[in-house]
Amino acid sequence: MNSTLSYLTRKKGGKKLGLTDVLSYVYLISGVVIMFGPILWLILSSFKTSGEIVKFPPRFLPYRQQTAVVEGYPEPLPLYSVTLADGTTQTLAQVRRVGLEAQLVDPVNPGNLIKVNINQRQPLESVYFGLENYKEGIESFNFGLYLWNSIVVTVTATLLTLLVNSMAAFALSKYKFRGRQTIFMVMISTLMVPLSVVLVPVFLVITNVGWNNNLLGIIVPAAATPTGVFLLRQYMLTIPDELIDAARIDGASEWRIYSQIILPLAKPALAVLTIFSVMWRWNDFLWPLIVLSRSEYFTLQVGLASFQGELNVQWNLILAMTVLTLLPITFIFGLLQENITTGIATTGLK
Amino acid sequence: MKKVFALFLLVAVLLSACAPAATPAPLATEVPAPTTVPATAVPTEVPPTMVPVELRFTYYADGVEADVMQPLLDKFMAENPGITVVLDVVPYKTIDEQLPVQLESGAGPDLARITNFGAYKTKLLDLRPILADSAYYEANFPAPILEALNYGGFPDTLTVTGPYVNKTLFDQASIALPGEGATWQEWTEATDKVAKATGVQYAIAIDRTGHRFAGPAMSMGATLINAENGFTVDTPGFRAFAEIVKGWHDQGLTPKEVWLGAEPVNSCIAAFKSGQLVMCMSGSWQINGVAKDVGDAFDWVVVPNPSGEGGSTGIAGGSAVVAFASSKHPAEVAKLMEFLIKAENYSAFSAGTLALPAHKEVAAQGVEFKTDNPLVLAALAAYTKEVSKLTDQAVSLNVHPYAFAYYRNSANRIAQYLTGELTLDEMLVNLQQDIDKAIAEAQK
Amino acid sequence: MFLLTKTKQVSNLFSRAFSPLYEFFVAILDMLFGIIQRLVGVRGMPYVFVLPNLLIFGIFILFPMLLNFLYAFTGGSSFLPLERPWVGPANFERLLLCENYLEPRTCSEDLFWRAIYNTIGYVFFQVALMVLFSLLTALILNRNLKARGFFRGVFFYPVLLSPIVVALIWKWILQENGLINGILTSLGRDKIPFLVNAQWAQILIILISVWAFMGFYTLILLAGLQSIPADLYEAAALDGANAWQSFSRITMPLLMPTMVVVLVLSLIRAVQVFDIVFAFTGGGPGTATLYLVQYIYNYGFSSPNKQFGLAAAASLLMAGVLIVLTVIQMLAQREEN
Repeated sequence: MNSTLSYLTRKKGGKKLGLTDVLSYVYLISGVVIMFGPILWLILSSFKTSGEIVKFPPRFLPYRQQTAVVEGYPEPLPLYSVTLADGTTQTLAQVRRVGLEAQLVDPVNPGNLIKVNINQRQPLESVYFGLENYKEGIESFNFGLYLWNSIVVTVTATLLTLLVNSMAAFALSKYKFRGRQTIFMVMISTLMVPLSVVLVPVFLVITNVGWNNNLLGIIVPAAATPTGVFLLRQYMLTIPDELIDAARIDGASEWRIYSQIILPLAKPALAVLTIFSVMWRWNDFLWPLIVLSRSEYFTLQVGLASFQGELNVQWNLILAMTVLTLLPITFIFGLLQENITTGIATTGLK
Repeated sequence: MKKVFALFLLVAVLLSACAPAATPAPLATEVPAPTTVPATAVPTEVPPTMVPVELRFTYYADGVEADVMQPLLDKFMAENPGITVVLDVVPYKTIDEQLPVQLESGAGPDLARITNFGAYKTKLLDLRPILADSAYYEANFPAPILEALNYGGFPDTLTVTGPYVNKTLFDQASIALPGEGATWQEWTEATDKVAKATGVQYAIAIDRTGHRFAGPAMSMGATLINAENGFTVDTPGFRAFAEIVKGWHDQGLTPKEVWLGAEPVNSCIAAFKSGQLVMCMSGSWQINGVAKDVGDAFDWVVVPNPSGEGGSTGIAGGSAVVAFASSKHPAEVAKLMEFLIKAENYSAFSAGTLALPAHKEVAAQGVEFKTDNPLVLAALAAYTKEVSKLTDQAVSLNVHPYAFAYYRNSANRIAQYLTGELTLDEMLVNLQQDIDKAIAEAQK
Repeated sequence: MFLLTKTKQVSNLFSRAFSPLYEFFVAILDMLFGIIQRLVGVRGMPYVFVLPNLLIFGIFILFPMLLNFLYAFTGGSSFLPLERPWVGPANFERLLLCENYLEPRTCSEDLFWRAIYNTIGYVFFQVALMVLFSLLTALILNRNLKARGFFRGVFFYPVLLSPIVVALIWKWILQENGLINGILTSLGRDKIPFLVNAQWAQILIILISVWAFMGFYTLILLAGLQSIPADLYEAAALDGANAWQSFSRITMPLLMPTMVVVLVLSLIRAVQVFDIVFAFTGGGPGTATLYLVQYIYNYGFSSPNKQFGLAAAASLLMAGVLIVLTVIQMLAQREEN
């Protein structure tokens, strides 16, 4: 009992690898498999052809059928491993297939047409990480433009969010003024209401403001997130007021107090809000889908959705493009992993 | 970290310089310059012929439609240097959910490709007075569709529902395909035998939508549309087919993900393409995808819709290119419409997308579909034959103004019946209420 | 490690290049706000600071929420409030009309009540599992292990993915012809109908939500754990406390405030669940995973015949309950403090 439970407690400077350590590592490593396995599967699938994607049972790696250029045939022919009537197997190239019969030739000696039942041939395949899905995906929509839009939206919306939220949080945490409680309570109570239930009225407002089909329509409305204000305010409350008083005595203006004292001290909270804002804006789907209907303003997520028709879904392209949208955020996370995770941890979200 | 933050702050400060509460103009300059400026910005006294006009065409694609449409538009723009047409390819979801709201708010496009024929009535632009040859337009498209569209557009594709069958599996099981006139019961038994004989997992399935469901139900005698042009779902034919589909689910003959999963498009065609399903009741729009994805794996055929008391009918469907009354450039829209309904252009679209033409002249000439796959040609021929067999009900369902209230609600309610959440009686009562409420709300 | 030093170099380079510019802008803004401060005085400054956020918030969040009242009391399918006929409380009556509230099928809007019961079940189990797994992970990550930073990142990574992508990935794995069933068949087992069996779908939705968000709560709890002074444990060990005792007497009580934060945040998120389910099961099979927000979305936006009034009424009822919950929670916290 003791040993199994001791891993629940903090341990200082334990040198030898106890049972609890082993259990911990087992847990963490299975965590890696469970967290990353699905993403790896997505990546592998994104290299498969649309035909291979629907095959069952699925195979881990993407395959392509081997082909050979055979004399007398303009196109490369697909290769099969064929079990012949005498029981031997041979690699043959298929010329055509008629019903249940396949007509093949020997690629080395193409004169002689061999006819076999289609069940007697197995396609010769090799692992192949082809970029066809990526190429077709990028070509079939304006990838560069959508990427640019996504970046513009993410960067400007994040900066705007940081600015207005931190200003409001500063006022709400460091001043006593009439209406402060009311403003804070109203913001907090909307914290719980999801945007998806007010889509219709928000759309009405956007249309009247004239931001329909305008990137501003997705940048500005989300900038005043109550979550951000709440998070920053809670953090700023922990900054001692004495610093501000001292600065005032030195004659600093309120803006200077905000920009030179509060902001640098609230850095961990700002870092957390930054990554959240980047994440929200980059992944935002429902809102851009509603505001934007002209392709020159599409963001990546909206462009991605246009692979879904009424009747058909182009899975191979969706998977490949999804992998592409994951790249930037994964890259940023990979670079700033340490900062982000410690940032969230140190904010503490009190 | 400190310095990174300083950088952030710098840009934040940059932004605050243009005070978010005040005009956000400097932000807008970061947006890639839109090409839309001239059309609305130029004052009206300039002669209209001199003004380059931009038309926005909201489009969705099931497959290659946009790739086929773009060259046609390029050709149009080359012929009409004063007009630019921008094809906005959006998710189908946008057409379905967003477009009606956009139009109502006055922010709609000039043209769109739609499927819900009855939904836009008053918002469509009557083409008859503005087309140079309106008689040609009216003569070449089915009158019920044009009426449903208020003469505001034309059907660019004609689709019909009907089953795909894996012929190779029938051959391997040495079972003959049930012929014309076979019932759904007979098909269920035959495909079950084939599946058992060949070791394939599933026998038979139908797409999850009231649209595909209606054809078999009507073939079994359902009269979905009542005398008052409303819906009556509780008919013996509808019950009978619902019970058949329930039987497929209970006996494990059908891939349950089609009706109970969450694919955005719940079609049995994916299971069919993978060779795990003997028969899939879908429609003519799948031909292209089936041919491409099945490839050489097996032979497939399109068979006539199974028969019953009500005959043997699929349901008509398809999409339409429509123009909106809110367009500021009706003359240019008319020009584009004229171009698109010209037999050669319409035919080029049908040929490239392997879609059945709804255009009489084009259909009479015959379309040279861009394929040499005999299976595809046979399937196109089979579906063409199905079009000629459509019953009156099957045609009018497609153009009914509240068809979509029936399609969507029936898919959801029937799914509840299939999982056992509702009994057949409860399902029919609830479905009837859903449709009635939706229509009542829409008519308020 | 190399990458980290590299980014530091790059950012240093950047800030060196930009810092004069930055100083310049700070100076300009200083002047601007100096003028404002002279106009409104120090007492007016908090209003100036709060104004931009308040404007955006008021126009794009608060005002639309209030507009919802207008929608809720009107009918018809028009989207413009002024064109909608007044129907009074008819929409609320429709939603609340039930013969037996415990039996959704006796209700006029049976789906609304199914959604309510589904949501309650989901919230309960999801929050419980979320707290349990994040706590366990945080406790393990708090130990003195190798590569802690790496593991922390691993558990956090899914938090960055969009809900749509999360649903797509898992659907891809769990669908009938997906990876897991492929493995099962090759082992000679039967396929499991993950997505089409009501119980499986409900369980999987919960597990996937935990998969997607637990990294976030783990970090918060980890921070809570690290703020517990180490000497408390040392003292307890000297007093002969065993592992369980120090966990239950020191760790748990001191972690309580953090736990409350986690509990509340995950509760809010659970009640609002939408995107993941929408893309993963679409509310199915049948209505097994139809939750409140999706019910509202279905009627308000995605239905071909939109019933904005009904959707708005439902969202007001939901918002009412949520606000009551928030207030109760705040009062409870105040009591505790």
